Amino acid sequence: MLSAAAYMPLCPLLGFLILLAFGRRIGIKYSGIVATVAVAASFVLAAISWTGLLGISSSKREITQSLFTWLPVGSLQVKVAFLIDPLSITMCLFITFISTMIHLYSIGYMKGERDYVKFFIYLNLFVTAMLVLVMANNMVLTFVGWEGVGACSYWLVAFYFEKESAAVAGKKAFVYNRIGDVGLLLAMFIVFARVGSLDYTTIFAHLSAFSPLTATMLVLALLLAATGKSAQIPLFNWLPGSMEGPTPVSALIHAATMVTAGVYLLCRMSHVLELSAHASLVIAIIGALTAFVAATMASVQRDIKAVLAYSTISQLGYMILAVGAGAYVAAIFLMIAHAFYKALLFLSAGAVSHGLDGERDMGRMGALRKVMPWTTGVFIVGWLAIAGVPPLSAFWSKGDVLDAVFRHYPFLWALALFTAFLTAYYMTRMYTLTFTGEARYDKPGADGAPALHAHEAPWVMRIPLLVLAVGAAGAGLLNLPWVHNFGLEEFLAPVFHGALYNPHEGTSLLWLLAVVDSLVAVGGIAVAWMLWRGKVSAANLEPDFLTHDWYWDDFYDTVFGRPGTALALFSATTIDEKILDGAVNGVGGLAVQSAQRLRRIQTGQVRQYALLITGGMAALLVFILMRVF
Amino acid sequence: MSIPSSWYLILAALLFGIGALGVLIRRNVLIMFMCIELMLNAATLTFVTFSRTLNDIGGQADVFFILVVAAAEVVVGLGIVVAIFRRRSTADADEISSMEG
Repeated sequence: MLSAAAYMPLCPLLGFLILLAFGRRIGIKYSGIVATVAVAASFVLAAISWTGLLGISSSKREITQSLFTWLPVGSLQVKVAFLIDPLSITMCLFITFISTMIHLYSIGYMKGERDYVKFFIYLNLFVTAMLVLVMANNMVLTFVGWEGVGACSYWLVAFYFEKESAAVAGKKAFVYNRIGDVGLLLAMFIVFARVGSLDYTTIFAHLSAFSPLTATMLVLALLLAATGKSAQIPLFNWLPGSMEGPTPVSALIHAATMVTAGVYLLCRMSHVLELSAHASLVIAIIGALTAFVAATMASVQRDIKAVLAYSTISQLGYMILAVGAGAYVAAIFLMIAHAFYKALLFLSAGAVSHGLDGERDMGRMGALRKVMPWTTGVFIVGWLAIAGVPPLSAFWSKGDVLDAVFRHYPFLWALALFTAFLTAYYMTRMYTLTFTGEARYDKPGADGAPALHAHEAPWVMRIPLLVLAVGAAGAGLLNLPWVHNFGLEEFLAPVFHGALYNPHEGTSLLWLLAVVDSLVAVGGIAVAWMLWRGKVSAANLEPDFLTHDWYWDDFYDTVFGRPGTALALFSATTIDEKILDGAVNGVGGLAVQSAQRLRRIQTGQVRQYALLITGGMAALLVFILMRVF
Repeated sequence: MSIPSSWYLILAALLFGIGALGVLIRRNVLIMFMCIELMLNAATLTFVTFSRTLNDIGGQADVFFILVVAAAEVVVGLGIVVAIFRRRSTADADEISSMEG
């Protein structure tokens, strides 16, 4: 049963290769189906491997499947090998499931696109890379997947590359991710220098090799990697731009899977994280700040996808915060729940703009619940789920995170709770602007844009929405606090052994926190409802400071962008043109000049040459005679 | 009785000097060519002289090499002179300066 696991990344890889080689021949009609089937097969294999893993006693659930040695360099033997343990299988299960749903949705959403086949080629390659990332048994192979998803992300963000903004956004995402990648490389160097191996199991067996300082540096390097991939402060700015890609991409890559890679990496290295309390505090602070900052930004967005993009950053902040508080299970739990409800929200936002000829400005929506009843229904589920209304998924998963933070860092708990309030607020604002109030899409836009005709999404898009809505509502069942023998907590416990945070103590406190969470969620919804009901815009609720992302991009532009551009221009005009080109041209010029002079000696007069030779001979003779006598 | 070596060497030096002077002052390519041959043979004469004086057959053996090389050189050189003469109808060395830089 477990041998099925190694084939998991191969299914989408096969789909990728088939579409790459025969995509044109398969044609638009079937290539989407081929891609979807490839990913669905991967999900089936994940489920089979999962049952296989359940058949083993929980302490032995750590199986390495080695395919071949990739880089044999002296003592460093990098293998292409997969680590099958509860963590990787959990990741695989939800990744392949969400991917299947989003592939299915894309068949409808991408219909009529010119690069339809290419889209599915990228999507399948992405799933392959993502599975390699989570299944790798060593850091190098993880890095391969890490870069693979980054490359696919770049291609898919810049999918409409004829559009200037899409090309720029793709580049931005790529560069920000590259900064984070340096962190992962540094972490690998540190680990190799101390342990001499990059296999996770070997690293965890040699934890004593890390001094407290080394451990802190290692964890901070990993955190840098996570801030890049998981869009955390200070590298979060690329994610809103990535909304230039098609909406299924935003749902799959920039909400459900790829951006959680940073959280996964930190969870995978949880044993190392436990070595440094200082670094964990830094992680928690970064997470809490990101969650809060991004939530404030989400509260003022006019673009339907931008709200969700900032919301994703905020939710990822919660996951990082959970990791910092040592609540790895809560982080993974929130990751899964978030994958469901955020994919659902993105896909329903996609269904909305799909039904409005690609319009994304919420100022031109309103009253869509009448024309899009299905989309509205699933959106309400996603909205209430992310807001944390009991008994939907985020109530349980975000609740676990908040409990853990309350125990470890009460001051961050207050910030996280306020962020939860903001979450409920901005999601309600989004709902009222889009689905309620007065219809604005059927009138010409303020900038002269034509009136739009709204229509509901086709069935191939509705089915994934319904499935994801069920997941978004019920994902809390995965880890109910009072269920002890079956749940994520118990399943993942062997991976995080020793580092396990136990949320099941102090039931009365747990109840109190749950009530507080619920009140905050309902309060946020109520406040937003009162403020935004029937409104289209409100200047006092959308301050410039927030609409400009706290001037974060401007800050980077001033501090790095402009000096960098100036330096590049200086290099191009002065260093390159004057100094480097000058040196090269100077050498050439010198040769030409000297040759121009020397050629005059060549008169072509043979007798002159003879005279010179004779003269030279005579001079030589005189010289020799003077030496001799 | 035999003629002393110095006489031969003086003769060789005279031949060489006449040859060199000829190359420098005559303009006819054929004459210049003959003068070069004269210089070459002056050198050959010194070889033979020293061979006799030092009682070493190596000097005379070298002369054969020089003769062969000189013959080959004459073939090539005269070939070039004839070719130039055909194209330009002149054998004046000063006129033939198309190789100037």
